[in-house]
Amino acid sequence: MRSGVMRVPQEKDADYLALAARHRPPTPVWRNAVRAFVVGGGVCVVGQLVTDFFEVHGQTATRAASPTAVVMVGLGALFTGLGLYDRLVQAGGMGGALPISGFANAMVAPAMEYRREGLVLGVGAKLFTVAGPVLAYGLGSAFLVGVVRLVVGS
Amino acid sequence: MSRSTRQFEQVAVVGHFAAGGAREGQGPLAAAFDQVWDDDLVGETTWEAAEAKMAVDALEGAAHDGGWSLGEADVVVGGDLLDQLVSTNFAARQHHRPTLGVFAACATFAEAVGLAGLWCDRGSTRAVAGAWSHHLAVERQFRFPIEFGYQRTPTASWTATAAGALALTQGTGAVQLRAFTVGRVVDPGSADPMDMGTAMAPAAWDSLQRHLAAVKARWDDYDRVFTGDLGVVGSGILCDLANDPGFVRVHDDCGRSLYRPDQDVHNGGSGTGCVAAVVAGHIMPRVETGEWHRVLVAATGALFSPTSYQQGESIPAVAHVIELEAYRP
Amino acid sequence: MISDLLIAFGVGGALCVLAQLVVDVGRITAAHVMVLFVVLGALTGGLGWYGPLVKWAGAGATVPLPGFGYTMVEGIDRATQTEGVLGLLTGGLTAAAGGIKAAVVFSLAAALVFNPRA
Repeated sequence: MRSGVMRVPQEKDADYLALAARHRPPTPVWRNAVRAFVVGGGVCVVGQLVTDFFEVHGQTATRAASPTAVVMVGLGALFTGLGLYDRLVQAGGMGGALPISGFANAMVAPAMEYRREGLVLGVGAKLFTVAGPVLAYGLGSAFLVGVVRLVVGS
Repeated sequence: MSRSTRQFEQVAVVGHFAAGGAREGQGPLAAAFDQVWDDDLVGETTWEAAEAKMAVDALEGAAHDGGWSLGEADVVVGGDLLDQLVSTNFAARQHHRPTLGVFAACATFAEAVGLAGLWCDRGSTRAVAGAWSHHLAVERQFRFPIEFGYQRTPTASWTATAAGALALTQGTGAVQLRAFTVGRVVDPGSADPMDMGTAMAPAAWDSLQRHLAAVKARWDDYDRVFTGDLGVVGSGILCDLANDPGFVRVHDDCGRSLYRPDQDVHNGGSGTGCVAAVVAGHIMPRVETGEWHRVLVAATGALFSPTSYQQGESIPAVAHVIELEAYRP
Repeated sequence: MISDLLIAFGVGGALCVLAQLVVDVGRITAAHVMVLFVVLGALTGGLGWYGPLVKWAGAGATVPLPGFGYTMVEGIDRATQTEGVLGLLTGGLTAAAGGIKAAVVFSLAAALVFNPRA
C-alpha cells in the first residue's frame, strides 16, 4: 500500500497533538521534586550557617539577613563564574534557581556572556535580562502591598 | 512529475567534508568526521567568528575532497541559524566566492544542496553547498546565556557544533544527486520551543510522501530514509504517522545518530550543522562504497524565532528532501 | 543550632519543591516562576504570614526569592513609619540594597574575570 492516506496536520490539530503527546517522555516530576528539595535545602543550610556566623559576631537575627544575602549572592556569582552554578541548576532545578544565589546566577551569566558586545550595551544592558523582571515585579508588588497597609493602617 | 520536485540526470557529488565539536567528536560518529574542533572558539575570539571559521573549513574541505580548490568553485550555497546569516556571509567575506545564503533553520543543508544541484544541472559548473552551527553561538541567540542555569526538558534537543559540505559538479561520479523536493511549511499548532520533534514530524511526512509520489518510488527502493533532527520523540511520531512497516524499516534520523544516549542530549542533536555533518560524514561514504545504493534525506527545520515564540505563535516547520544514489555506469 | 539547620533545610527545600512543581506541572519557565515567587513573598509578607516563617526558619525563608519580596515589603513598612508616604518609594530598594548591589558589583567583576563555556 502506498502510504499516502494520512492527512498531514495543518492548523491547530488536536488529534495530532494528542498523538504526539503519547511519544513525549514524561517529565520526571517526582525525581525533580526530590532533587529540588535536596539542593534547595542544602543552599539554605549554607545560608543558615552564614546567618549563624553573623549572629555570633554581634548581629541580631533580623540584621543578619542582609549580610547573609550579600554572601549568598557572592557565592552564586563565584560558582557561576567557575561554570558550576548552571550544573547545580541542571541537577537541582528550582532548588538552585529559587535561592538568592540563583538570582545572582541570572545576573552574572549574561554579564559574562555579553562582554564581547561591549561593556555598556553588552554587559550593562544584558545584566538585567532575567533579574530585571524579578526586581520590577518584586518592587512593584511590594509598593502595592505598602499602599494597602498604609490605607488599612490609618 | 510534480513540479515541486526536480530530478537530475547529470549532477555528481564529488566531494564531502564533515566536522564536529568536542562533544560531537566523542559521539558515535567520531570516526566519520574529517575534523574535530576541541577548542570552543576554533582559534577565533567569538563564537560567531568560530562558526564562520567552521564554514570556511567545511567548504574548503569539500572542494579539496572533490579534487579542486574552493577558489575554483563557481557558486557557494550555504546557511546557518544566526541572525542575518552572519557566519555564512562572514565566511564568504573570507573565501570571496559568489555566494547564496539560504535559511530554512535545520533544513538549510538540503535546501543548499538542492539549489547547488539546480545550478550544476544547467551547465558545466562547480558548486559547494553546506551548513554549519555552533552550539554556544546558537544557544545564546535562541535561549539563555550559557552559564544561566535552567533545566532542560526530556524533549529538548542539543544544538550541535558541527559543519558539513558537499562539492557538486555537472557530470557523473561515485555519487549522484538524483532529486530535490521543495518542502511546504506545515504547522500542527505546537508552541513548545523545547519540543521540536512534535513541531517538525508532520512537515517531514508531508515532504517524504510528496517526494515518493513525484519520483514514483516505494520505501523498499531505498536503503535508508533519513529525517533531519526529529530526534527520539519526533522519529516515534513520524513512524506513527506513517503507520507503514516498510517505512519504519528504512527510517533513520540524523539528530538521533549524532550522540550516544548517555551524552545528556535528551532528544538528540539539532542545528543546521547536524544534518550536514551526518550526510557528509556518515551517509556519503556509504553511498560512495555502494554499501547503500539509494538514500533519501528529509532535512527538517523549525521556522520560529525568539520573538515569534514570545508572542505565543505556534511553530511552523518545513522539510526539504534530497535523494542520493550510488552511480552505476 | 543543629535544629536551626534542619528547619532551614526543610523549609528552604519545601519552597524550592513548590517552585519546581509550578515549573513541571504548570509548564511555566523558570524565569516566570522566579518572578511569581518574589511577588508571592511580597503578598504573604503583607498579609503577615511570611514574617513568622522567617522567625522560625531563618535562612530557609530568607534565602529563597520569596524572602526577597518579603524584605522589600518589610523595608517599606519601616520606612513609612519614619518617612510617611515617601517611604513607599524608598523602603523597598533600601531593604533589598545589599543583595542587589552585591549582585551588580559581582556581575561586573565576573564579566571581567571569567569566560563562559559549555
